[in-house]
Amino acid sequence: MPKGEKRTDWRFRIANREALIGCGLAIFNIIWWYGFAYTLGSKPPLEYTYILGFPAWFFFSCIVGFIVMVFLVFLVVKFVLKEVPFDEEEGSEKR
Amino acid sequence: MNWEVLIPLLSLLAIIFLIGMWSNRKMKQSSSFLSDYFLGSRELGGLVLAMTMAATYGSASSFLGGPGAAYSIGLGWVLLAMTQVATGYFVLLILGKKFAIVTRKFKAVTLIDFLKERYQSKSVVLISAFSIVVFLFAAMAAQWVGGAYLIQTVTGLSYLGALFLFAVAVLIYVIIGGFRAVAVTDATQGIIMFIGTLVLLIGVVIAGGGIPNIMNDLVTENPNLITPFGNDGQLTAAYVTSFWILVGVGVVGLPQVAVRAMSYRDARSMHRALMIGTIVVGFIMLNMHLIGVFARPVLPGIEVADQVIPLIALETLPPWVAGIVLAAPLAAMMSTVDSLLLLVSSSVVKDVYINYFKPNANREHVKKVSIGFTAILGIVVFLLAINPPELLIYLNLFAFGGLEAAFIWPIVLGLYWKYANKHGAIASMVVGISSYIAIYQYNETYGDLFGVHAVTIPVILSLLAFISFSLIFKKEPYQF
Repeated sequence: MPKGEKRTDWRFRIANREALIGCGLAIFNIIWWYGFAYTLGSKPPLEYTYILGFPAWFFFSCIVGFIVMVFLVFLVVKFVLKEVPFDEEEGSEKR
Repeated sequence: MNWEVLIPLLSLLAIIFLIGMWSNRKMKQSSSFLSDYFLGSRELGGLVLAMTMAATYGSASSFLGGPGAAYSIGLGWVLLAMTQVATGYFVLLILGKKFAIVTRKFKAVTLIDFLKERYQSKSVVLISAFSIVVFLFAAMAAQWVGGAYLIQTVTGLSYLGALFLFAVAVLIYVIIGGFRAVAVTDATQGIIMFIGTLVLLIGVVIAGGGIPNIMNDLVTENPNLITPFGNDGQLTAAYVTSFWILVGVGVVGLPQVAVRAMSYRDARSMHRALMIGTIVVGFIMLNMHLIGVFARPVLPGIEVADQVIPLIALETLPPWVAGIVLAAPLAAMMSTVDSLLLLVSSSVVKDVYINYFKPNANREHVKKVSIGFTAILGIVVFLLAINPPELLIYLNLFAFGGLEAAFIWPIVLGLYWKYANKHGAIASMVVGISSYIAIYQYNETYGDLFGVHAVTIPVILSLLAFISFSLIFKKEPYQF
């Protein structure tokens, strides 16, 4: 086990940041999902409006919500995540 | 016997076997049996990684139990199922790079390897191995029951005969192939699942006369079926939301999922897997559960909820298409069982037997023990599955919750909190498991405590236990 002050592996800073992004995405996902389901869905069923055949709460919460999450994950993967080598020799990844 | 359905189904299984054998041949060339058999030499690419996660995760619970529940409960259950979209990105982002880097550094092959190195404690290893064996047995039994139901519905064999058929197929397959075979065929199976559910959904919508028509029928029967609250209002917002812990974010704590987060080749594969995984998991979950709801007006009065999917496929699709589509849930169950079997045998053989009984066993010996033990395990599960419980989803979810309560904090805090130590880990696992079992029993008899799923409170309690015990026995910070 390493003793004393060793500098934190630079890759871990990236990893920590990406873990926080994961939490952020999940929180956003929960709010979106909950928000549409339990506001629009709390009306009496006979007053529901329908979109493409689905009740509006379901359409926004589950179907649009899923598409939005896919889009956000795409943005994160495309623009935020950084490639780092996983093996011990930093920077010189061999295949 | 329904040959028109059986022939495509069987040929698909045969193809899967061939793939397993092919990857087994490939394995002979590699040097470390253990790392290869249990981990596929850490070289999974993005597609395979995403599919293997989706296939492991999308098990009998989502393929038979889930749609079965959606059939009786309505759109509220689909809402609940959609909490699982999070697993596609959350697990990979949280464990993500750090877990991959650290497990490589530790040369860890299993989840327990990681815990052993991180906490340097025999008790942690033994408690982990114990909980993996106990809870995964429950999960496996559920899969086998599901597989047997499915084969029974399609072939008309007796339950026992169907169970036997399923068991033989799975066992041959796992024993010859190991992790790489499982992962590669998971990918094949994931693709089958993806297409299969789509075809079936379209079939059901057509049979029901379009979505507006189906919704109309549901409202006529019982308007509650299209609310978020379930057919008789039993799904409260708190209960459904607590599934975010059970099947959403808590999945980080499942050993069968975590082990996949140490098997990717490089960061690029991980990124691709994130993308593909989110799409595939969300798509399959949405489709499967919608099929369950839509099946209600098309085929009313199904008694055993777990048979909804096979029955609706046989009803709405031409026989040969039904055969291919039904290969999807069968594939899902096989791949889940495969990975669980491997995981249980790896925890016993590698983490306990080799660690503590025979540290210098040679390659041949390890191989014999691994394969032999995997086979014995399969036979025991078979015996357990002979007497199936009513709704297999509950058995499966029980196992999920137990594993999550045990492992989520030792994994997550072990990675991200430098003051995490073995005292915290042990306390957290003991508190998590025991409170989970106690609350689960309580909920069975008296209804849900605080109106949330049994996993919620143990996850919070085990977090508190972890932090307080780590701080009481505080030592110097841990550095990787």
